[in-house]
Amino acid sequence: MFHKPRLTAAALALSTALAGPLAAQDSDLSGTLTIFSDMSNPAPRAVMEDMAARFGEMHPDLEIDLTIIDREAYKTQIRNFLSANPPDVANWYAANRMRPYVDAGLFEDISDLWDDPEIAENLASTEGAMTLDGKQWGVPYTYYQWGIYYREDIYNEYGLSEPETWEELKANCQTLLDNDVKCFTIGTRYLWTAAGWFDYLNMRTHGYDFHMQLTNGEIPWTDDRVRETFANWRELIDMGAFVDNHQSYSWQEALPFMVNGEAAAYLMGNFAVAPMREAGLGDDQLDFYQFPAINPDVEMAEDAPTDTFHIPSGADNKEAAREFLRFVVSAENQTIINAGDALGQLPINASSSVDDDEMLQQGFEMLNENATGGLAQFFDRDAPAEMAAIAMEGFQEFMVFPDNLDPILQRLEQARQRIY
Amino acid sequence: MTTATLPDTHADEGGPGWIRRNRMTLAPLMFLLPGILFFLVYVIVPIFQSFYISFFRWDGLGEPSYIGLANYQELASDPAFEVSLWNNLKWLILYLLAIPGGLFIALFLNQTVTGIRLYKSLFFFPFVISQVVVGLVFGWFYAPSFGLLSQVTEWMGLGTVNVLGDPRYATYGIIGAGLWPQVSYCMIIYLTGLNAVDPEQVEAARLDGAKGLRMLWHVILPQLRPATFLAFVVTIIGALRSFDLISIMTNGGPFGSTRILSFYMFEKALSEYGFRMGYGAAIAVVLFLIMLCFIAYFLWSMYREEKGAR
Repeated sequence: MFHKPRLTAAALALSTALAGPLAAQDSDLSGTLTIFSDMSNPAPRAVMEDMAARFGEMHPDLEIDLTIIDREAYKTQIRNFLSANPPDVANWYAANRMRPYVDAGLFEDISDLWDDPEIAENLASTEGAMTLDGKQWGVPYTYYQWGIYYREDIYNEYGLSEPETWEELKANCQTLLDNDVKCFTIGTRYLWTAAGWFDYLNMRTHGYDFHMQLTNGEIPWTDDRVRETFANWRELIDMGAFVDNHQSYSWQEALPFMVNGEAAAYLMGNFAVAPMREAGLGDDQLDFYQFPAINPDVEMAEDAPTDTFHIPSGADNKEAAREFLRFVVSAENQTIINAGDALGQLPINASSSVDDDEMLQQGFEMLNENATGGLAQFFDRDAPAEMAAIAMEGFQEFMVFPDNLDPILQRLEQARQRIY
Repeated sequence: MTTATLPDTHADEGGPGWIRRNRMTLAPLMFLLPGILFFLVYVIVPIFQSFYISFFRWDGLGEPSYIGLANYQELASDPAFEVSLWNNLKWLILYLLAIPGGLFIALFLNQTVTGIRLYKSLFFFPFVISQVVVGLVFGWFYAPSFGLLSQVTEWMGLGTVNVLGDPRYATYGIIGAGLWPQVSYCMIIYLTGLNAVDPEQVEAARLDGAKGLRMLWHVILPQLRPATFLAFVVTIIGALRSFDLISIMTNGGPFGSTRILSFYMFEKALSEYGFRMGYGAAIAVVLFLIMLCFIAYFLWSMYREEKGAR
């Protein structure tokens, strides 16, 4: 899938320079540690290679065998290598995305690591996302915020401010539309971008718990509360808030609308910032706000997709693998790998420090102080894959033909009854 | 067979004699063996495996559980499957337009003008480039904001059209893109066919006063029958493997309206959100049965042709 590409610009060299201080602590580990990683984009690749190198320096007797696999290909290959040729450590994603491998017994239960207060306390924010059936199956290494990135200069031009309520958002939008600027750009060709809108609208209308119950299949899609969420969505669609023909664009192809000023904002993950800056948007043109409240009684919850490391149950060197996971989540390492010149995302460890990038700072503050409702992973990680595929197709159809809502919800409900 | 004509002098000897007596049968079998083996392992056996898997619910990881015909029952009530089936039909029928299209261009190019070879190569060009490139080129051609098609319609005052984003037109849009290389393929087949047309028959027909369409229909076309058959076969095959164009141009969307069976099977069984192996296998079985009709027809007409030739 496409929504977690780490597009951090360059800076391959700097990270290796930081390797020194951790070197040569306990060197009792021996043998080979095999790591399969999906961090194949240039910046993540450098981060992963650097991490392996630093871990290797700490354990001179341990041989580290790192294989980096193309991020998209990895998603199908993991099924083969987990059962046929398991490494000692493998990348994957949190929440329900782990479910098939947990159910098939291919991931090692690492609750013992999470019993360690150092991990449990510092990583508390993502414990829920790493837990299935009451056990923990992996550790997170990075996450990033979602929210509305907007053209500060356009907002200023029309005297708009960051909206805090749904009414303000719609009022802003009306002003923009009156001036021939679309409120939001979006490219739904690969479907998942529409799921971002659904996540936020649903969490703001009915809260985190309702959203989780829905993605866990405990609530029928034909429920009136789900319809309320879609009704809110429809208000924007009927206003013409979204760019036309969005079903033909990928999320990258939707960026130029924002860069050219034809649309004023984009509900996206933080990875969209890098290409927007590369396209020429300066700090005075680009800013960020949290998705505003819709139902004031509902606590704010956020999407914060988390990328993870796991130990396959068939691993040979589980001792070294556990040590590696401890290393990955350590505050120091999380600070290094999430820095602006490395992944450029948010560290999970509460004791690590965040890069002073404007967006990362805002995101960090939002997730730590104003996301009391909870952190969701993103629709396609919270819902089972099959449900996600069918639902996201429905979201796209709804955004183009809002009148088709009834048949869409019927279809989703049918799927829900079969899948769960 | 031929062994009967050989003098049977070593009938009572063991091993080597038996081989010698049967070598006229054994030799071709030995030569065929590797091919047959690979064909069995990579084609025949997987077909039956697909049949077998289609009776199970299986995610490709855990234990498959037997569910009888439930996958097929689900198919029967699956609107996405129905859409894919209809799209397959649209592909099969509309793709056949490549045959008259190719014939027309071939007739047009079958003349001696300076530089005709160049024109022929230019017309053949789309078939040489990869389907992926064709998909990309047409994707841009249809693009709603900057595409050539939209520019033209806007200039004509019709407003922009979003062919690939509109579920009503998207499939036709992709078929149009697919026809471009397919027409040139059929053209090449007909061009070579036209070389073999007997000039004496054309002469004779001309003396009898045949011209234009009558000449084409009664004299040329009957002589082009082998070429037509070949064009038909490659076009049907082309229509059934339009997977790459769909994947490039719309990825099955908008909301699944351009999927065909092979794409749907891929999505259900092998894509990121798929891994319903049983369901995918059931779709594959349906697709196989559709193909089987054509395969049977092709085999039958080839068999008939061979018998007629003897």
